[in-house]
Amino acid sequence: MSRRIFLSVFDNEDDIMDAARAVREEGLTIVDIYAPYAVHGLEKAAGFAPSRLPWICFALGLAGAAFKIWFEFWTTSTSWPINVGGKPWNSWPAFLPITFEVMVLAAGVGTVLALFITSRLWPGKKAVMPFPGVTDDRFALILEEKDATFNADAVRRLCEKYNAVHTEEREENKR
Amino acid sequence: MAEASSNLRTPLILGDKKPIEVSDDICGILERKPTQLWWAAFGVSLFVLIVGAIATAYQVSTGIGTWGLNKSVGWAFDITNFVFWIGIGHAGTLISAILFLFRQRWRTSVNRAAEAMTIIAVLCAAIFPLIHMGRPWLAFWPLPYPNFRGPLWVNFRSPLVWDIFAISTYFIISSVFWYVGLIPDLATIRDRAKEGIRKKIMGILSLGWDGSYRTWVRYETVYLLLAGLATPLVVSVHTIVSMDFATSIIPGWHTTIFPPYFVAGAVFSGFAMVLLLIPIARKVMNLEDYFTMRHIDAMCKIILLTGSIVGLAYLTEFFTAAYSGSVYEQFVFMNRAFGPYAWAYWIMVSCNVISPQLMWFKRVRSNLYIVFALTIVVNIGMWFERFVIIVTSLHRDYLPSSWADYTPTIIELLTLAGTFGLFFTLFLLFCRFLPVIAMGEVKGILSYGRSKRARNVSKTCDEPVGMTPALEGEEA
Repeated sequence: MSRRIFLSVFDNEDDIMDAARAVREEGLTIVDIYAPYAVHGLEKAAGFAPSRLPWICFALGLAGAAFKIWFEFWTTSTSWPINVGGKPWNSWPAFLPITFEVMVLAAGVGTVLALFITSRLWPGKKAVMPFPGVTDDRFALILEEKDATFNADAVRRLCEKYNAVHTEEREENKR
Repeated sequence: MAEASSNLRTPLILGDKKPIEVSDDICGILERKPTQLWWAAFGVSLFVLIVGAIATAYQVSTGIGTWGLNKSVGWAFDITNFVFWIGIGHAGTLISAILFLFRQRWRTSVNRAAEAMTIIAVLCAAIFPLIHMGRPWLAFWPLPYPNFRGPLWVNFRSPLVWDIFAISTYFIISSVFWYVGLIPDLATIRDRAKEGIRKKIMGILSLGWDGSYRTWVRYETVYLLLAGLATPLVVSVHTIVSMDFATSIIPGWHTTIFPPYFVAGAVFSGFAMVLLLIPIARKVMNLEDYFTMRHIDAMCKIILLTGSIVGLAYLTEFFTAAYSGSVYEQFVFMNRAFGPYAWAYWIMVSCNVISPQLMWFKRVRSNLYIVFALTIVVNIGMWFERFVIIVTSLHRDYLPSSWADYTPTIIELLTLAGTFGLFFTLFLLFCRFLPVIAMGEVKGILSYGRSKRARNVSKTCDEPVGMTPALEGEEA
């Protein structure tokens, strides 16, 4: 299925911020924005929902820690108990440092993998950019032309008010 | 410094740059051929690395009897070097994670290089315990894997096993943090590069990054999470390293002050190493606009703070020994200061406690040559700190008949030199092939295209240089 998109390109962050706010006030839908760096507050201006990855991080950290403390307890007290200096089998305090390390490892590595999966990033993936320079110094704003009420000329005038350096309508295959 | 009429702070990046100029400056280094200075430095580092590799091959094939250890001093040079290098690494994580959480925007210029330093330093550190195992090819034995010996598991109560987990976790998380930070910059390099090998490699490494803001939102979240995880991690690593000592009953080691004392010392020595590398990098690669005197000033202040904490820890150790009523404890500290290794002790005190106090003076902090010299002094002092802690506590133990002295052999000295060769070789390669400055972050702190924010800058702010965020009110 293909859709029509409206692309406008800006060359600094003030302009993209204002333009993103303005088009949303007009009731238009922002498909995505392409930016060379994270602009503070742009996600709010564009109305993007905050990421849910912290929950993944929390769950993975908890799972890593729970597994590790169980594993240490099982190996030390059940699988092959060894008397070390007369310490008890269930020497919980001594198990904590490694539990902490494994929690950090599971949460950190797992969250990054989750980022790669949710953002569909993998080695060898071909980057498709709407406009050259969006990984360098340009900002691209992509709007969806939902229906016939989308007035491309009005939107172009609106974007040009915020110093758009380039505007264009495009047919795009939906990913 | 700003003109007298301006009450704005000194900008973090000089030269009033646009984002494209940042890419040109940083990627330009990689796109040009290396300078003769680079080749000279690389040649020397590689030579030292090869010498160290030969020494390592010799001691592994012959056995660690080639070291100067004896029955009383069972730990000496190798553990000193291990703790020294791990400590160096801590500044990288402090800059990339802790200063990120504290919104210290000046970190953006130095974090990439400092994180690379961390990873390389941890690699250098890992070499020593590996050799000390005697049979490095069995280095996987301390890991708890199902085996045919029972399965016989490792002793999870042992600080040495904690250490294995702490160091490997630290290495993995630091590498992941560093790589995640690199992805947008790798994409920038990819899109600038002409068709060829660079474009191919960067295309694979950048994972198809296209700058989509939906990805940026997740990316920023993950970066914050990693910073939040790395912050307690870095504290835990040197805490656990210190527990290798503190959980034993050796006088001079068996003390609860060790964890905070080691962490402060690690940050202290790590910042000294960053401050050693940065002035070289800014001169060699013409990055004066990015590594400004303001960055150097801020890092000097951190060295001053952590150096003072270390000094306080030395005093506290003495006080605790005197107050404890334990003759062994008291003996160890008198022996440190006035015994056969007194020279090492006083090198440590003068380098670590006295020399950083010079950084109270603005004129010292703003003189690159003095700062550079002081960082070398601090590095020497911190190496001696570990040597003093380890050797002086062991060489005269509870039983006078087993007292012994320790002298490193040439093999040990060459191995230490070899790790410096490894460190500088890898760091120089990093400078050649990867962006030394986080372009994606630096572009976010430029004043270009941010007229609205510039207006928010506090009018009452009269301190031109400081460690607070550059643009007040920005984090609202």
